[in-house]
Amino acid sequence: MDYMTLIQLLDSSVRLATPLLLACLAGLFSERAGIFDIGLEGKMLAAAFFSAALASVTGSVWLGLLAGIGASLMLSALHGVASITFRGNQLISGVAINFLAAGMTVLIAQDWFKQGGRTPSLTGDARFEGITLPGADAMANVPIIGPLYSELISGHSILVYMALAAVPLTWWLLYRTRFGLRLRAVGENPAAVDTAGVSVIGLRYAAVAICGILCGIAGAYLSTALQAGFVKDMSAGRGFIALAALIFAKWRPWYALWATLLFGLFGALETRPDVIESVIGMKVQGQLLGALPYLMTVIILAGFVGKAIPPRAGGEPYVKER
Amino acid sequence: MANQAPAIELKGISKAFGPVQANKDISIRVMPGTIHGIIGENGAGKSTLMSILYGFYKADAGEIFIGGKKANITDSQAAIASGIGMVFQHFKLVENFTVLENIILGAEDGGLLKPSLAKARRTLIELANDYGLNVEPDALVQDIGVGMQQRVEILKALYRQADILILDEPTGVLTPAEADQLFRILGRLRSEGKTIILITHKLREIMETTDTVSVMRRGEMTATVKTSETSPAELAELMVGRKVLLRVDKKPATPGDVVLDVKNLKVKDEKGVERLRGIDLRVRAGEIVGIAGVAGNGQSELLEVLGGYQDGTGELLLNGQPLDLSGRHSDGQSRRARGVAHVPEDRQREGLIMNFHAWENTAFGYHHDASYQKNAMLMDNAAIKADTAEKMERFDVRPPDPNLAAKNFSGGNQQKIVLAREIERNPDLLLIGQPTRGVDIGAIEFIHQQIVALRDQGKAILLVSVELEEILALSDRIAVMFDGQVMGERMPDQTDEKELGLLMAGITDTANAHSVDEIEENLAHAGGDAGKEV
Repeated sequence: MDYMTLIQLLDSSVRLATPLLLACLAGLFSERAGIFDIGLEGKMLAAAFFSAALASVTGSVWLGLLAGIGASLMLSALHGVASITFRGNQLISGVAINFLAAGMTVLIAQDWFKQGGRTPSLTGDARFEGITLPGADAMANVPIIGPLYSELISGHSILVYMALAAVPLTWWLLYRTRFGLRLRAVGENPAAVDTAGVSVIGLRYAAVAICGILCGIAGAYLSTALQAGFVKDMSAGRGFIALAALIFAKWRPWYALWATLLFGLFGALETRPDVIESVIGMKVQGQLLGALPYLMTVIILAGFVGKAIPPRAGGEPYVKER
Repeated sequence: MANQAPAIELKGISKAFGPVQANKDISIRVMPGTIHGIIGENGAGKSTLMSILYGFYKADAGEIFIGGKKANITDSQAAIASGIGMVFQHFKLVENFTVLENIILGAEDGGLLKPSLAKARRTLIELANDYGLNVEPDALVQDIGVGMQQRVEILKALYRQADILILDEPTGVLTPAEADQLFRILGRLRSEGKTIILITHKLREIMETTDTVSVMRRGEMTATVKTSETSPAELAELMVGRKVLLRVDKKPATPGDVVLDVKNLKVKDEKGVERLRGIDLRVRAGEIVGIAGVAGNGQSELLEVLGGYQDGTGELLLNGQPLDLSGRHSDGQSRRARGVAHVPEDRQREGLIMNFHAWENTAFGYHHDASYQKNAMLMDNAAIKADTAEKMERFDVRPPDPNLAAKNFSGGNQQKIVLAREIERNPDLLLIGQPTRGVDIGAIEFIHQQIVALRDQGKAILLVSVELEEILALSDRIAVMFDGQVMGERMPDQTDEKELGLLMAGITDTANAHSVDEIEENLAHAGGDAGKEV
């Protein structure tokens, strides 16, 4: 494998890791506040569709992004009402959201665009294009760091950079602010938050809302940046891989970045069987790579690589007690 | 003092949970700079009252005055703003946060943590010096002992500038040494002008630390007295209360062989605190042994370990054969197989599954019975129902409908279902806890008759009840438990409530005993190696 192939592989890893990272951080906010969310998948899918649909109709990808975030927030609100206000089962609510999104997107797509459940292909301003960072073209011919900068670091869409910036921002918010302290506390022991005179319900809704926004961006990225338009079930299990990454990352922001980049690399390798063959000298089934994130999560959960301790109050609706 | 406004005044507080009246028209005045004890048995309504004061529950009726001004405490936020701090029995701490983070949670000074933490660190050092509340600010709560966790809770309240501190059963999780330390701290707080409300069911704590004491019983405040003008015996009597004497017709017992022999039985709870500290007890065939005591002195743990759902150490013999105290053969199933039947204290949580039908509940614990099986795979539901209908008939369960869910029966009839299930199996030993709690008079009589009838068949019965009347009326021999130990045994016709009351307060030399020192001495003896800080 030559240097350029490596750069291309890593570049593709970053692209594929971006939606995982956004969804993983979304899950992190929600689960750190004690609300399990297996509806990441459904929220991404709904956001992917509404982003593409609005971008296609208005021609503005930014309006598309807003629509995607809005759709995802609606589903988040549904999850919040079911699991926070009515203290329902968080897993069931999440599953319902996944089914709802899977069916609803195709149905509406067919009704609006009559293209077999797709949106029209997006072009021009209806899509997030790669941004060429300053000096990228000039540096392209410098050996070693030239391609690194112009190929790997430059040339991604704005959403990729937003996702990367979200990592330190999340860390800062969680560990350096009052909001973060309360958010982490409410996922560990809501009674402590309640007796301290802070609203458990308010905090949990805030967390679920942030989760919705991040899922919305993740979904928009799928249909308007990674690809050019919505197709049926295009989230393709990324919401679940993001959850796996969240466990892999032990619910921490920086670990989430490394976990999703690793899973992104698996995704990139899946599309380049020739690279694997040249490196290890044998053919590897693409499906095996696709299953790796799950396998690794099982290994983590089994406690082989340190212990992943979920937030203690996760999945439990808060009921005041004596 | 006389013309000073009380720090807290409650007027006519009432609170009901469904049909249960947890607090009935409670009025109380607590003067500033005093320690006021509230004593009562578990379930007397102490915690409910304090939860109302802390804004956790809204009272159905009544008014709260703080420092002479009417306060409208709608939530914890309002209580904190009124200067009330609460240390709950089960600490409300975030385990994987540091001490400092726990203290500022909810009382941060701004959006960023750094300045809040720095300020809290300075305040903490001051408070530690002022009151002797030593903690490690940067330790994780999960890594510090319960004594320090409790100090963190107190600091949380003081950090929020609380003038009134409520402590709910603060020594429940502490070793005697830690408890002594806590009381020294409370003394310091009082001398600094703080008002303290101490909720407990332990007489020793009341006698040692409080200035005034209120006694609660079944949701009512039965008395408020100056601690210096009362005695443990009087308080014990007020807590347990007197009722019209129950009459149970029974012949003198004719005890036979020893059925249950308990030797040096010890039990530790999940926090490592010893709940049973070496129990020795024998129950003979044809005899009812009653365990008296203020609730929370180890009676529940005794029933649990005998019933097989709590591990213990020591020796346990049934008809001379050992019973396992831990491991695979220490569970309800194994106990029942050996002829130990158990009517648990809390029938709704441990005796029945409330949403299941009466016939299903009747089969529980005995569902492997040959008569309940149709074949190797299937249960014979029709047989179980027929059996249940018969039992309901004999035990006068109303309505006698096996298909009704357990929750739809009244308390007395629920108890009869449990009793029928356990008694009709012809056990050698019946463990029975609070047989008539929440049961109407008619059913009480019936249940008592059944227990006596079982004794007359030559069965051994161990009865645990917080109702002294019941113990006196039913028992052939009475053992009094205090602080995880049997303080003494008495014959019911050779004792009275007064003597039992003293034993329940931990005083063994009942002829000439009243002092608290003596209780303390007893405890120091018993406490022995439990004084280490975790």
